[in-house]
Amino acid sequence: MTISPDQIVWHWGAVWLNATIVYTWVVMALLSVGAWLITRRLSSDTNLSTWQNLLEVVVTGICDQIQDISHQEPQRYLPFIGTLFIFIATANLMNILPGYIAPTGSLSTTTALAICVFVAVPLFGIGLGGTAAYLRKYIKPTPLMLPFNIIGELSRTVALAVRLYGNIMSGTVIVAILLTLAPYVFPVLMQMLGLLTGMIQAYIFAVLATVYIASATTVHGGDLSSGTNETSQHGHP
Amino acid sequence: MDHVSIISLASIFAAGLTMAIGSIAPALGEARAVAQALSAIAQQPDESATITRTLFVGLAMIESTAIYCFVVTMILIFANPFWNAVAPIAAG
Repeated sequence: MTISPDQIVWHWGAVWLNATIVYTWVVMALLSVGAWLITRRLSSDTNLSTWQNLLEVVVTGICDQIQDISHQEPQRYLPFIGTLFIFIATANLMNILPGYIAPTGSLSTTTALAICVFVAVPLFGIGLGGTAAYLRKYIKPTPLMLPFNIIGELSRTVALAVRLYGNIMSGTVIVAILLTLAPYVFPVLMQMLGLLTGMIQAYIFAVLATVYIASATTVHGGDLSSGTNETSQHGHP
Repeated sequence: MDHVSIISLASIFAAGLTMAIGSIAPALGEARAVAQALSAIAQQPDESATITRTLFVGLAMIESTAIYCFVVTMILIFANPFWNAVAPIAAG
Protein backbone atom coordinates (compact mmCIF):
# COMPACT_ATOMS: atom_id res chain seq x y z
CA MET A 1 0.00 0.00 0.00
CA THR A 2 1.25 3.46 -0.80
CA ILE A 3 1.60 5.94 2.00
CA SER A 4 2.10 8.89 -0.30
CA PRO A 5 0.37 10.15 -3.44
CA ASP A 6 3.86 10.86 -4.79
CA GLN A 7 4.13 7.18 -5.61
CA ILE A 8 1.11 7.06 -7.91
CA VAL A 9 2.54 8.00 -11.29
CA TRP A 10 1.09 8.40 -14.75
CA HIS A 11 3.09 9.06 -17.85
CA TRP A 12 2.36 9.88 -21.45
CA GLY A 13 5.56 9.73 -23.46
CA ALA A 14 7.94 12.24 -21.97
CA VAL A 15 5.46 13.77 -19.50
CA TRP A 16 5.46 12.22 -16.03
CA LEU A 17 2.81 13.27 -13.54
CA ASN A 18 2.13 11.99 -10.08
CA ALA A 19 -1.08 12.07 -8.10
CA THR A 20 0.09 14.95 -5.90
CA ILE A 21 0.51 17.31 -8.85
CA VAL A 22 -2.71 16.27 -10.56
CA TYR A 23 -4.87 16.69 -7.48
CA THR A 24 -3.15 19.97 -6.60
CA TRP A 25 -4.18 21.18 -10.05
CA VAL A 26 -7.73 19.98 -9.36
CA VAL A 27 -7.88 22.01 -6.13
CA MET A 28 -6.33 25.04 -7.84
CA ALA A 29 -8.81 24.84 -10.70
CA LEU A 30 -11.73 24.48 -8.33
CA LEU A 31 -10.71 27.46 -6.22
CA SER A 32 -9.80 29.72 -9.16
CA VAL A 33 -12.85 28.97 -11.27
CA GLY A 34 -15.16 29.12 -8.25
CA ALA A 35 -13.77 32.46 -7.11
CA TRP A 36 -13.97 33.92 -10.63
CA LEU A 37 -17.56 32.75 -11.06
CA ILE A 38 -18.65 34.20 -7.73
CA THR A 39 -16.87 37.54 -8.00
CA ARG A 40 -17.96 38.32 -11.55
CA ARG A 41 -21.01 40.25 -10.32
CA LEU A 42 -20.40 41.65 -6.90
CA SER A 43 -23.10 43.76 -5.26
CA SER A 44 -22.42 46.14 -2.42
CA ASP A 45 -25.99 46.51 -1.17
CA THR A 46 -27.86 44.07 1.04
CA ASN A 47 -29.11 41.97 -1.86
CA LEU A 48 -26.31 39.40 -2.16
CA SER A 49 -26.10 36.07 -3.82
CA THR A 50 -25.57 33.16 -1.47
CA TRP A 51 -22.10 32.43 -2.78
CA GLN A 52 -20.95 36.02 -2.36
CA ASN A 53 -22.27 35.89 1.17
CA LEU A 54 -20.25 32.73 1.78
CA LEU A 55 -17.07 34.31 0.44
CA GLU A 56 -17.64 37.43 2.57
CA VAL A 57 -18.10 35.29 5.68
CA VAL A 58 -14.87 33.43 4.98
CA VAL A 59 -12.81 36.52 4.16
CA THR A 60 -14.06 38.64 7.06
CA GLY A 61 -13.58 35.67 9.40
CA ILE A 62 -9.95 35.32 8.32
CA CYS A 63 -9.44 39.11 8.62
CA ASP A 64 -10.81 39.10 12.16
CA GLN A 65 -8.60 36.19 13.18
CA ILE A 66 -5.48 37.86 11.73
CA GLN A 67 -6.41 41.09 13.49
CA ASP A 68 -6.88 39.27 16.78
CA ILE A 69 -3.59 37.43 16.61
CA SER A 70 -1.26 40.04 15.15
CA HIS A 71 -2.84 43.28 16.44
CA GLN A 72 -2.00 44.86 13.09
CA GLU A 73 -4.05 45.73 10.04
CA PRO A 74 -4.99 42.39 8.46
CA GLN A 75 -5.10 43.46 4.81
CA ARG A 76 -1.33 43.15 4.52
CA TYR A 77 -1.31 39.47 5.41
CA LEU A 78 -4.72 38.45 4.09
CA PRO A 79 -3.61 37.19 0.65
CA PHE A 80 -0.93 34.90 2.05
CA ILE A 81 -2.69 33.61 5.17
CA GLY A 82 -6.05 33.40 3.45
CA THR A 83 -4.61 31.40 0.57
CA LEU A 84 -2.90 29.01 2.99
CA PHE A 85 -6.10 28.41 4.91
CA ILE A 86 -8.44 28.09 1.91
CA PHE A 87 -6.10 25.86 -0.08
CA ILE A 88 -5.40 23.46 2.79
CA ALA A 89 -9.05 23.43 3.90
CA THR A 90 -10.32 22.67 0.40
CA ALA A 91 -7.66 20.06 -0.24
CA ASN A 92 -8.58 18.29 3.01
CA LEU A 93 -12.36 18.61 2.70
CA MET A 94 -12.41 17.11 -0.77
CA ASN A 95 -11.04 13.92 0.74
CA ILE A 96 -14.55 12.49 0.98
CA LEU A 97 -14.92 12.54 -2.81
CA PRO A 98 -14.28 9.03 -4.15
CA GLY A 99 -11.13 8.67 -6.17
CA TYR A 100 -9.62 11.86 -4.78
CA ILE A 101 -6.29 11.79 -2.94
CA ALA A 102 -5.46 14.82 -0.84
CA PRO A 103 -2.27 16.54 -2.04
CA THR A 104 -1.60 17.56 1.56
CA GLY A 105 -1.15 13.88 2.31
CA SER A 106 2.18 14.10 0.56
CA LEU A 107 5.28 15.40 2.31
CA SER A 108 6.18 17.34 -0.85
CA THR A 109 3.15 19.61 -0.69
CA THR A 110 3.36 20.25 3.04
CA THR A 111 7.09 20.93 2.85
CA ALA A 112 6.44 23.41 0.03
CA LEU A 113 3.80 25.19 2.11
CA ALA A 114 6.09 25.25 5.15
CA ILE A 115 8.94 26.67 3.04
CA CYS A 116 6.54 29.37 1.83
CA VAL A 117 5.93 30.34 5.47
CA PHE A 118 9.67 30.13 6.22
CA VAL A 119 10.41 32.58 3.39
CA ALA A 120 7.43 34.83 4.12
CA VAL A 121 8.45 35.52 7.74
CA PRO A 122 11.71 37.36 6.91
CA LEU A 123 10.06 38.94 3.85
CA PHE A 124 7.35 40.54 5.96
CA GLY A 125 9.76 41.34 8.80
CA ILE A 126 12.33 43.05 6.58
CA GLY A 127 9.71 44.68 4.40
CA LEU A 128 8.04 46.29 7.38
CA GLY A 129 10.85 47.23 9.71
CA GLY A 130 14.08 47.00 7.77
CA THR A 131 16.86 44.48 7.78
CA ALA A 132 18.67 45.72 10.89
CA ALA A 133 15.61 45.59 13.11
CA TYR A 134 14.69 42.15 11.85
CA LEU A 135 18.19 40.73 12.34
CA ARG A 136 18.35 42.26 15.80
CA LYS A 137 15.54 39.94 16.83
CA TYR A 138 17.80 36.94 16.56
CA ILE A 139 20.02 38.22 19.36
CA LYS A 140 17.04 39.51 21.29
CA PRO A 141 17.22 38.16 24.86
CA THR A 142 21.01 37.73 24.70
CA PRO A 143 23.46 37.07 21.82
CA LEU A 144 24.03 33.61 23.27
CA MET A 145 20.55 32.71 22.02
CA LEU A 146 21.51 33.22 18.37
CA PRO A 147 22.03 29.50 17.49
CA PHE A 148 18.89 28.53 19.37
CA ASN A 149 16.80 31.11 17.57
CA ILE A 150 18.07 29.89 14.21
CA ILE A 151 17.48 26.25 15.13
CA GLY A 152 14.06 27.23 16.40
CA GLU A 153 13.17 28.78 13.06
CA LEU A 154 14.22 25.67 11.17
CA SER A 155 12.55 23.24 13.55
CA ARG A 156 9.22 25.04 13.53
CA THR A 157 9.23 24.93 9.72
CA VAL A 158 9.85 21.17 9.84
CA ALA A 159 7.15 20.83 12.48
CA LEU A 160 4.63 22.68 10.29
CA ALA A 161 5.32 20.35 7.39
CA VAL A 162 5.30 17.10 9.35
CA ARG A 163 2.25 18.05 11.43
CA LEU A 164 0.05 18.63 8.41
CA TYR A 165 1.47 15.65 6.51
CA GLY A 166 1.11 13.30 9.49
CA ASN A 167 -2.46 14.28 10.24
CA ILE A 168 -3.75 13.93 6.68
CA MET A 169 -1.72 10.84 5.82
CA SER A 170 -2.83 9.10 8.98
CA GLY A 171 -6.46 9.79 8.13
CA THR A 172 -6.19 8.17 4.71
CA VAL A 173 -4.10 5.23 5.96
CA ILE A 174 -6.53 4.48 8.82
CA VAL A 175 -9.46 4.44 6.39
CA ALA A 176 -7.58 2.17 4.02
CA ILE A 177 -6.69 -0.26 6.81
CA LEU A 178 -10.22 -0.27 8.22
CA LEU A 179 -11.64 -0.95 4.78
CA THR A 180 -9.81 -4.26 4.80
CA LEU A 181 -10.74 -5.10 8.39
CA ALA A 182 -14.27 -3.83 9.14
CA PRO A 183 -15.69 -2.46 5.91
CA TYR A 184 -19.13 -1.12 6.72
CA VAL A 185 -19.35 1.36 9.58
CA PHE A 186 -15.92 2.20 10.91
CA PRO A 187 -14.38 3.62 7.71
CA VAL A 188 -17.26 6.10 7.55
CA LEU A 189 -16.64 7.20 11.14
CA MET A 190 -12.94 7.62 10.44
CA GLN A 191 -13.76 9.64 7.31
CA MET A 192 -15.84 11.97 9.47
CA LEU A 193 -12.96 12.33 11.91
CA GLY A 194 -10.73 12.96 8.92
CA LEU A 195 -12.94 15.87 7.85
CA LEU A 196 -12.74 17.38 11.33
CA THR A 197 -8.98 17.03 11.63
CA GLY A 198 -8.55 18.36 8.09
CA MET A 199 -10.33 21.59 8.97
CA ILE A 200 -8.54 21.89 12.31
CA GLN A 201 -5.14 21.35 10.68
CA ALA A 202 -5.89 23.97 8.03
CA TYR A 203 -6.81 26.42 10.79
CA ILE A 204 -3.72 25.51 12.84
CA PHE A 205 -1.42 25.97 9.84
CA ALA A 206 -2.83 29.41 9.07
CA VAL A 207 -2.83 30.50 12.72
CA LEU A 208 0.76 29.36 13.26
CA ALA A 209 1.85 31.16 10.09
CA THR A 210 0.14 34.30 11.40
CA VAL A 211 1.80 33.93 14.81
CA TYR A 212 5.25 33.51 13.25
CA ILE A 213 4.78 36.51 10.95
CA ALA A 214 3.38 38.62 13.78
CA SER A 215 6.33 37.77 16.02
CA ALA A 216 8.69 38.90 13.26
CA THR A 217 6.89 42.18 12.62
CA THR A 218 6.48 43.43 16.16
CA VAL A 219 9.01 44.66 18.67
CA HIS A 220 8.47 44.70 22.38
CA GLY A 221 6.52 47.87 23.02
CA GLY A 222 5.10 48.63 19.58
CA ASP A 223 5.11 47.13 16.09
CA LEU A 224 7.73 47.80 13.43
CA SER A 225 5.22 49.45 11.10
CA SER A 226 4.61 52.31 13.51
CA GLY A 227 8.25 53.41 13.43
CA THR A 228 8.05 55.11 16.84
CA ASN A 229 9.52 54.17 20.15
CA GLU A 230 6.42 54.43 22.29
CA THR A 231 5.56 51.59 24.62
CA SER A 232 2.09 50.60 23.55
CA GLN A 233 -0.32 48.62 25.63
CA HIS A 234 0.23 45.15 24.25
CA GLY A 235 -2.71 43.13 25.38
CA HIS A 236 -6.43 42.71 25.11
CA PRO A 237 -8.59 45.83 25.29
CA MET B 1 18.87 -16.03 13.23
CA ASP B 2 19.73 -14.61 9.85
CA HIS B 3 19.78 -10.95 8.89
CA VAL B 4 16.34 -10.94 7.31
CA SER B 5 14.66 -12.26 10.44
CA ILE B 6 16.49 -9.84 12.70
CA ILE B 7 15.56 -6.86 10.54
CA SER B 8 11.91 -7.81 10.32
CA LEU B 9 11.70 -8.63 14.03
CA ALA B 10 13.34 -5.37 15.06
CA SER B 11 11.20 -3.32 12.69
CA ILE B 12 7.91 -4.79 13.87
CA PHE B 13 8.88 -4.55 17.51
CA ALA B 14 10.12 -0.97 17.19
CA ALA B 15 7.02 0.10 15.25
CA GLY B 16 4.70 -1.17 17.94
CA LEU B 17 6.73 0.22 20.82
CA THR B 18 7.18 3.61 19.14
CA MET B 19 3.47 4.17 18.75
CA ALA B 20 2.55 2.74 22.14
CA ILE B 21 5.06 4.66 24.24
CA GLY B 22 5.07 7.74 22.03
CA SER B 23 1.40 8.42 22.51
CA ILE B 24 1.40 8.37 26.32
CA ALA B 25 3.05 11.71 26.97
CA PRO B 26 1.19 13.80 24.34
CA ALA B 27 -2.12 12.47 25.63
CA LEU B 28 -1.25 13.44 29.20
CA GLY B 29 0.00 16.84 28.05
CA GLU B 30 -3.15 17.53 26.06
CA ALA B 31 -5.31 16.50 29.01
CA ARG B 32 -3.53 19.04 31.21
CA ALA B 33 -3.86 21.74 28.55
CA VAL B 34 -7.57 21.18 28.10
CA ALA B 35 -8.14 21.10 31.87
CA GLN B 36 -6.39 24.44 32.28
CA ALA B 37 -8.30 25.91 29.35
CA LEU B 38 -11.61 24.78 30.86
CA SER B 39 -10.84 26.37 34.20
CA ALA B 40 -9.71 29.56 32.42
CA ILE B 41 -12.98 29.68 30.47
CA ALA B 42 -14.89 29.11 33.70
CA GLN B 43 -13.09 32.05 35.26
CA GLN B 44 -13.44 34.41 32.27
CA PRO B 45 -16.27 33.33 29.95
CA ASP B 46 -15.99 36.52 27.88
CA GLU B 47 -12.52 35.58 26.67
CA SER B 48 -13.56 32.08 25.63
CA ALA B 49 -12.87 32.77 21.93
CA THR B 50 -9.25 33.73 22.57
CA ILE B 51 -8.81 30.91 25.07
CA THR B 52 -10.27 28.36 22.67
CA ARG B 53 -8.08 29.53 19.82
CA THR B 54 -4.95 29.44 21.97
CA LEU B 55 -5.98 26.01 23.23
CA PHE B 56 -6.25 24.65 19.71
CA VAL B 57 -2.88 26.05 18.72
CA GLY B 58 -1.31 24.57 21.84
CA LEU B 59 -2.97 21.20 21.24
CA ALA B 60 -1.61 21.13 17.70
CA MET B 61 1.91 21.72 18.95
CA ILE B 62 1.57 18.99 21.59
CA GLU B 63 0.05 16.64 19.03
CA SER B 64 3.10 17.10 16.81
CA THR B 65 5.17 14.78 18.98
CA ALA B 66 2.63 12.00 18.64
CA ILE B 67 2.51 12.63 14.90
CA TYR B 68 6.29 12.27 14.68
CA CYS B 69 6.03 8.87 16.39
CA PHE B 70 3.24 7.88 14.02
CA VAL B 71 5.29 8.87 10.99
CA VAL B 72 8.24 6.80 12.24
CA THR B 73 5.93 3.82 12.78
CA MET B 74 4.48 4.14 9.29
CA ILE B 75 7.95 4.35 7.80
CA LEU B 76 9.01 1.25 9.71
CA ILE B 77 6.02 -0.72 8.50
CA PHE B 78 5.52 0.51 4.94
CA ALA B 79 8.66 2.22 3.68
CA ASN B 80 11.37 0.47 5.64
CA PRO B 81 14.72 0.99 3.87
CA PHE B 82 16.37 -1.88 5.73
CA TRP B 83 13.60 -4.28 4.78
CA ASN B 84 13.64 -3.04 1.19
CA ALA B 85 17.35 -3.78 1.07
CA VAL B 86 16.94 -7.40 2.21
CA ALA B 87 13.54 -8.16 0.69
CA PRO B 88 15.06 -9.69 -2.48
CA ILE B 89 17.03 -12.04 -0.23
CA ALA B 90 13.87 -12.92 1.67
CA ALA B 91 12.01 -13.63 -1.53
CA GLY B 92 14.74 -16.03 -2.53
